[in-house]
Formats: sequence, C-alpha cells, structure tokens
Amino acid sequence: MAELRRTPLYDLHLSLGARMVPFAGWEMPVQYPTGVLTEHRHTRADAGLFDVSHMGQIILRGENAAAALETLVPADIVGLPPFRQRYGLFTAPDGGILDDLMIANKGDHLLLVVNAGRAEQDLAHLAQLAASHPGIRVDPVEDRALLALQGPGAERAFSWLVPTAPDLRFMDASDLDWDGTSLWVSRSGYTGEDGFEISVQADRAETLARLLLAHDGVAPIGLGARDSLRLEAGLPLYGHDMDETITPAQAGLGWSIPKIRRTGGARAGGFPGADIILPELTAPTRVRRGLRPEGRAPIREGVTLYAQPEGGEPIGRVTSGGFGPSIDAPIAMAILPADLPDGATVHAELRGRRVPVTIVPTPFIKPTYKR
Amino acid sequence: MLRYTEDHEWLRAEGDEIVVGITRHASEQLGDVVFIELPETGREVAAGEEVVVIESVKAASDILAPVAGTITAVNSGLADTPGEVNEDPMAAWFFRVKPADGAWLDGFMDEAAYQAMIAG
Repeated sequence: MAELRRTPLYDLHLSLGARMVPFAGWEMPVQYPTGVLTEHRHTRADAGLFDVSHMGQIILRGENAAAALETLVPADIVGLPPFRQRYGLFTAPDGGILDDLMIANKGDHLLLVVNAGRAEQDLAHLAQLAASHPGIRVDPVEDRALLALQGPGAERAFSWLVPTAPDLRFMDASDLDWDGTSLWVSRSGYTGEDGFEISVQADRAETLARLLLAHDGVAPIGLGARDSLRLEAGLPLYGHDMDETITPAQAGLGWSIPKIRRTGGARAGGFPGADIILPELTAPTRVRRGLRPEGRAPIREGVTLYAQPEGGEPIGRVTSGGFGPSIDAPIAMAILPADLPDGATVHAELRGRRVPVTIVPTPFIKPTYKR
Repeated sequence: MLRYTEDHEWLRAEGDEIVVGITRHASEQLGDVVFIELPETGREVAAGEEVVVIESVKAASDILAPVAGTITAVNSGLADTPGEVNEDPMAAWFFRVKPADGAWLDGFMDEAAYQAMIAG
C-alpha cells in the first residue's frame, strides 16, 4: 500500500487526541475524544473546525479559462461574477459524473476544489484540457491547507481574527488578510450550516487552526461528523450518491446545470455526455430521494430497497445512510424510481427483515446559509 | 468473577447465570452507539450465535452468545438509551444467559489476559 499523505494539521490532530484513519490516500481524523454525536451537535449549535486539506485545490489560468472549463463542466462559469463561487460537475461522455467540485472566480484565475479521491483523475482531465487549449495553465496547489469553519458561531469566531469576514455572503469567494497572511476564503461548506472554507499557506495552518480553536465555541470535528452533517443537509457525496454510473439528473443535481447550458440556451451543451444528460433533466426516471426508516435502526449504504413488504424485485439501494444526530433518528438517501411521491413507503431489507421506509424531501434539516 | 471473550465481551458470573456486556475498548472502537436490538427472553442460543445487534455512528456489529444456553433477561432500557454503552460499558449489560449443562466460564480470558490481547 502506498504511504498515506498527511495534512499540515497532522500533529495538531494527534495532540487533540484524534483517531486517525486512512481516507482517500490521506491519514485523517475520523473523530476526536468527544465522539461523532457530540461533534455533530456542537457544529449545529455553535461552530466546528474541520481539516479538509486532503481536498484538491487547483488553479486554472488563462484568458479563456472559464470557457475552456465549460467544455468539461455543465455550469455557467463564463457568467460567474468575480469573487463568486459555484458548484459544478465533471461529466463523462456516457452521462456519468466524474467528480463534483467548487469553482471560484478569483479575478485573474479560477480556483477549483475537488474531492481528494478524485484529485489525480481531475488533474489529468484538466491537463488534457490545457493541452487542447493554448494559453490555459493548470496548477495544483500543493503548499496550502484547507480548513472549514462551520456552524452558527462560525462568523463570530472567524471575524475575531478576520474582521472583514462578515462582508462575505453565501458563495462569495475572496482573499482576506489575516495578520499579514492572505487567506483564500469562501462562504460555503458541506454541512448545511453557515460557515467558511479557508485556504491558508501550509506553514501558517496550525497557528490559524489553534487560534480558531482557542475561541469559545469552536471545537475540532472529524470526518465522522462531517459525513453525518452533510447527510442531514441532504448533500450528496461523490463515490456514494453519485459516481460514473449515475447521471446529474439521477443524482438530483440537475439544478447545477443552468438554463444557459441547457437545450435552447445560449451556450447549450458542449460538455461530455450532453446528449444524454440534457434530455434527461426534464424527466428522469430515477432520482435521488431522502428516506426516513421506521424505528431507530440505521439503514446504511448498500441496503436493498423493495416496493413491497415481501417479494418483488429490488427498486434501488441506499447510497448513503446512517443516524442523524440532530434529528435523533436514522436517515438515508437512495436513487429510486422518480414516480414514487414523497410520503410513499418502500421497504429496506435489513438483517433478513423488511423495514418500512418513508420517502421524504431533502434536506432533513433546514440549512442556515447566509444569503 | 469477570471473564473476557476474544470478541471483547465481558462475562460476569451471577448465581447460575452469566451476565454479558462489551468492554470499554470495544465501546471506544465502535464509537457512539445509536441503536441496540436485544434478543427475546427465553430464546435458546448456541455458542457463537449472533444475539444482539449494535449500531454505532460508524457501523453495525453483533454480540455473540459466549456459551450455549437460554436467554433469561435483557436490559431493555438500553434500547432507549444506547449511549450508556459508551458512558459506562461495564454497567451497560445486554443480556443474561443460563448456560446449558457443562457450559461455564472456563477457558475465557481473565483481566490480565484480555489486557494483554488488546495491547498486542
């Protein structure tokens, strides 16, 4: 096995008593001594600090970088105003999803943030783009950590160090000064809470993290709670709720493809799989749904779902599932036939029995983004 | 008398019954427990049979019957407060089993042997 990579905050995690686990080629904290439930609830009540330095940060430069990226990503990147960020997907020629990413317009370049487990493929994909588009340059950012500060107390805690932080609204992306160090900050996250994602040079990362943690109300949060927070927020995770076999419409991510890139739009299509992806947007036959199982037993990824309490063929399987600490009940997501209405009951096969499960809208909790 | 299994259960002899729970080491490895499914009292079990389902925030796992016998009681309160397994694992018992003839605690690890195993 290849050696696991460590983030600039590795020593900090150890000193905080984190349990470290392998994750997408990195050695990451899955939880701290307080445990996943406490960390999760703390983030929703006050503020949680996450090390997400394993995620890939990539700079795309060149006069026509936005137009070039639109040939890989069905989003409106040409129309993305300076210092704004958008969510998008790398799509495949057969309509599947290669990765999901954030794209920020930083004025003279684009900053992309991609999943750790897909970063290498994404870079190869972008290198091909650069090869066919003279003047486009792709640079992976290797010398910066990425922190996420999430929760209702995030703004108060961050503005203690960076007084200009409250000026950012949801999905703004700017460079902010912290004591002479430039932070690449966006007001975003993946927890359903207000918060910030903060890129900082590696040699200043631990100082920044320790200062944030010194603030009342900020606690370190591991990958375990990051997963339950995003699940409650109804946010899909690459490799689980979407992958190369799942199209944007099926993943419930059609909203990320704006009118201008859809059939009839000024810049319709022109991305991999457009001929499959665009027609499906208006009437997908299968789509990602929220699930609330009866009782308290979690229904996890891979569990098979049936229409009937007995017999019949499977109609889908759980793509993400677990316990939702803030709603104190099991929750899950699955890709199911689109004609099943919210409120319909399906049945999950759990340890040889079928458990009734209600289809519900997502998110499971009300997000608190500062728009 | 406390004894331990290789599956990180603790076993306590009380009269002619054995009380079964999981060790602190096991509860820490599991993480926060959110769901417990206990067996029916009166159920006849074989040694090694899965009798309890524990779901933590991370994963599902089973507790096995340490010996063949009959389940005589379960700690039904745990179903409502599964977090007790994390807070005080030595007090959060799951079930009592009355061993079938000949089955008893011989052959299970004592404290020292168990500590040596988890340190291993």
